Amino acid sequence: MSNFVGIVIVSHSPNVAKGTADMVREMVGDEVKVAYCGGNADGGLGTDVATIHNAIDSVFGAQGVAVLVDLGGAETNSEMAIEMMDEERQKKIVICNAPIVEGAVMAATEAAGGGSLDEVRATAEEFLS
Amino acid sequence: MEPETIKALIGRTHAVILAHAEELTDLDQAIGDGDHGINMKRGFDAIAAAADTIAELPCGKALEKAGMTLVMSVGGASGPLYGSLLMAMGKAMPAEPASPGDFANAFQAGVEAVMKRGKSQGGEKTMLEVLLPVAASLKDADALDIGALRETADEGLASTKDMKATKGRASFLGERSIGHLDPGARSSALLIHAVCDVIEGK
Repeated sequence: MSNFVGIVIVSHSPNVAKGTADMVREMVGDEVKVAYCGGNADGGLGTDVATIHNAIDSVFGAQGVAVLVDLGGAETNSEMAIEMMDEERQKKIVICNAPIVEGAVMAATEAAGGGSLDEVRATAEEFLS
Repeated sequence: MEPETIKALIGRTHAVILAHAEELTDLDQAIGDGDHGINMKRGFDAIAAAADTIAELPCGKALEKAGMTLVMSVGGASGPLYGSLLMAMGKAMPAEPASPGDFANAFQAGVEAVMKRGKSQGGEKTMLEVLLPVAASLKDADALDIGALRETADEGLASTKDMKATKGRASFLGERSIGHLDPGARSSALLIHAVCDVIEGK
């Protein structure tokens, strides 16, 4: 199990999701687990509950997971995916109210420094204030 | 509920969404991201593909299964919103729904789930402008009045035209969202008419 908070990036666009994850790896490094997903089940723009669920699952560890989303449906579908997890896990997954690219980089930076899930979320959300 | 009735409901709602997919997309292009028609079509295609399985289930379970199918197939916000509506309705439906009151209570539970999921109370130019008055009219009625139900849905839809969106992507447009019907309210009205069609045996 990872000692760091995991990061999940959920965009409507597969390219934005991958590009954001690339930026996180480049700027923060590899020690934090990052998963990304984008696109609907047909491969068009959109988000997919099952794919989000799997992405969260793939980086889940003792410290929990911070999810970064882009627009409307990405958040609603992420909420749905989280509610499908068992209750103990749900308590350790948060959706950050932050811009997706900046939020993901900030969240991963905080996570790489050993920050708790609350600290990771707070750091990501600082961008709004 | 008879499997044939469930199949008829699935068939009619699917047909209505297919027939209006382009219109929903046009409405959504005006004030949203232009994917409402194609997303709803994808969702109702998936329900139609599972119609035989869903129709064998008791009414509540059939609603839950249909809702989950939408959640897993739509790809936009309308999946979890309509999915939550049907799943909460299914959970609230008694095993043997007997009276219009049973349906009214289940629908009310569904609409509350949409409010929770969408973090909206209504009045924000959304599907709730149709769903909330329909829920109220179902609750207040002594007997099912299909004509009144259709009228309530249409009035709710029409009310979205002059509203300013403060929820969802349309809210980015602010004042410019005024003058357009809300696509989610339109699809809600369409679905309510489709259910009314089945009840009336059309």
